Amino acid sequence: MHMRWLVPTLYILFLMLPIYWLVNMSFKSTNEILGSFTLFPQDFTLDNYRVIFTDPTWYMGYVNSLTYVSINTVLSVAVALPAAYAFSRYRFLGDKHLFFWLLTNRMAPPAVFALPFFQLYSAVGLFDTHIAVALAHTLFNIPLAVWILEGFMRGVPKELDETAYVDGHSFWSFFIRIFIPTIAAGIGVACFFCFMFSWVELLLAKTLTSVDAKPIAAVMTRTASTSGYELGLLAAAGTLTIIPGAIVIYFVRNYIAKGFALGRV
Amino acid sequence: MNQTTNQRAWLFVIPVVVLVAFNAVIPLMTVVNYSVQETFGDNTFFWSGVLWFEQMMNSDRFHAALGRQFFFTGMVLLIEIPLGVAIALSMPRKGIWVPVCLVLMALPLLIPWNVVGAMWNIFALPDIGLMGRGLNAMGFDYNYTRQPGDAWFTLIIMDVWHWTSLVVLLTYAGLVAIPDAYYQAAKIDGASPWAIFRYIQLPKLKRVLTIAFLLRFMDSFMIYTEAVVLTGGGPGNTTTLLSIDLVKIALGQFDLGPAAAMSLIYFLIVLLVSWLFYTVMTKDEA
Repeated sequence: MHMRWLVPTLYILFLMLPIYWLVNMSFKSTNEILGSFTLFPQDFTLDNYRVIFTDPTWYMGYVNSLTYVSINTVLSVAVALPAAYAFSRYRFLGDKHLFFWLLTNRMAPPAVFALPFFQLYSAVGLFDTHIAVALAHTLFNIPLAVWILEGFMRGVPKELDETAYVDGHSFWSFFIRIFIPTIAAGIGVACFFCFMFSWVELLLAKTLTSVDAKPIAAVMTRTASTSGYELGLLAAAGTLTIIPGAIVIYFVRNYIAKGFALGRV
Repeated sequence: MNQTTNQRAWLFVIPVVVLVAFNAVIPLMTVVNYSVQETFGDNTFFWSGVLWFEQMMNSDRFHAALGRQFFFTGMVLLIEIPLGVAIALSMPRKGIWVPVCLVLMALPLLIPWNVVGAMWNIFALPDIGLMGRGLNAMGFDYNYTRQPGDAWFTLIIMDVWHWTSLVVLLTYAGLVAIPDAYYQAAKIDGASPWAIFRYIQLPKLKRVLTIAFLLRFMDSFMIYTEAVVLTGGGPGNTTTLLSIDLVKIALGQFDLGPAAAMSLIYFLIVLLVSWLFYTVMTKDEA
């Protein structure tokens, strides 16, 4: 058992190799990528990144993505909080069925919904807005947020609620001043997963946008098809999409695993 | 927890219900609508009953895509679940390496799916990719854009790379939650590592493994973007999975009726398998 560290080390090495290759390419010119096979950039260049940070069609892609992901995360968690509280504290007509119905939406293949979503959001005049993508992503993020938050809230004893009422708190004063700080870790985890699934999804985001709210991932696919293969540029854009995720993981590193483990199944 | 009955709790749930209903019920009804109608493209629709469903159920193309989908999902589950458990078991439980492991392992989960596809597309190319070039240098005749076997190998290894960490994270969370007393008791009894795993860890992990299995089943069954960017369903149709085929029919050929019928069958399969598995796994708890 002394060799136990070997397994995670090899696994992490396997995870890092494709990422290394992407980062490596992002510092090369497209000519170098296509012309020679080198493990390190021979002709180190920051040109690819310079293009992305100076061309609005590129950097606005990041702004658009971050905008709808943020709206989605805030919206999903905000409406999921009271709902999860209701599921964890009360029994009411149809509660079990409702909970299961919510979860079934997590099982709906986005490919099934692409076309109807396009028609629905065009009909209500939201096509190509950040709101449209943020709302569409609540389809799978709200069920997930309710599920995670409900798990965390279950772990909070009901005596906390009762003591607060005895102390003269109104419901909202209790909910906002006492309850929310108590489950802060759970809210962090729920935000993390909402951010994650909204950030990585492309099919719906691409279907619901054309110019003004185009996500960075869609900008990348367009560039790949029109101007030949600007591999260096694509690699740099890809590398930059990893960074927001890495920052978010760092903040919730101690809670990531706990989030799902506490959710009820 | 003892829950009190309170019908006013519905008020708390209404925002969620309204939002999800807007996103789920209206589009789903649109799909149901298309699935029972015929159109000639001029926005006039005719009732066609179960025609599309019959056509879909008898279509070789659908059967082939469904078969490929089950093969893909089966392989992915067979590899990722045991591998994820093995890695979680050998991870350190405390110390500075724990956050380092967790952060590095979670990284693939947060990369946009088309970037994952593009990354592997290039990484596996036989001329400029590290993996493709490496495999060829080792004497394998590897070219995933031409040989179906290689395309499948690349598709599966990409998914293993992308999602095994989710299983690791969940299993690890389950392992950390097992109280020390269990291990001490096992030590006194002189239990072998296998006995500890079989009789202490595995039963305690049942719940998180159920979640891991369900999530991996659902997401691998719905895979679209990564696979499209990596192989585009090719070479030929050899890696055309259900979602890829569906998008081809719906947005490529604009055959709304068949696409809608296929969507509903597709959704029902995911629901049915998830429900069956969930019922089997939790039947002795209820």
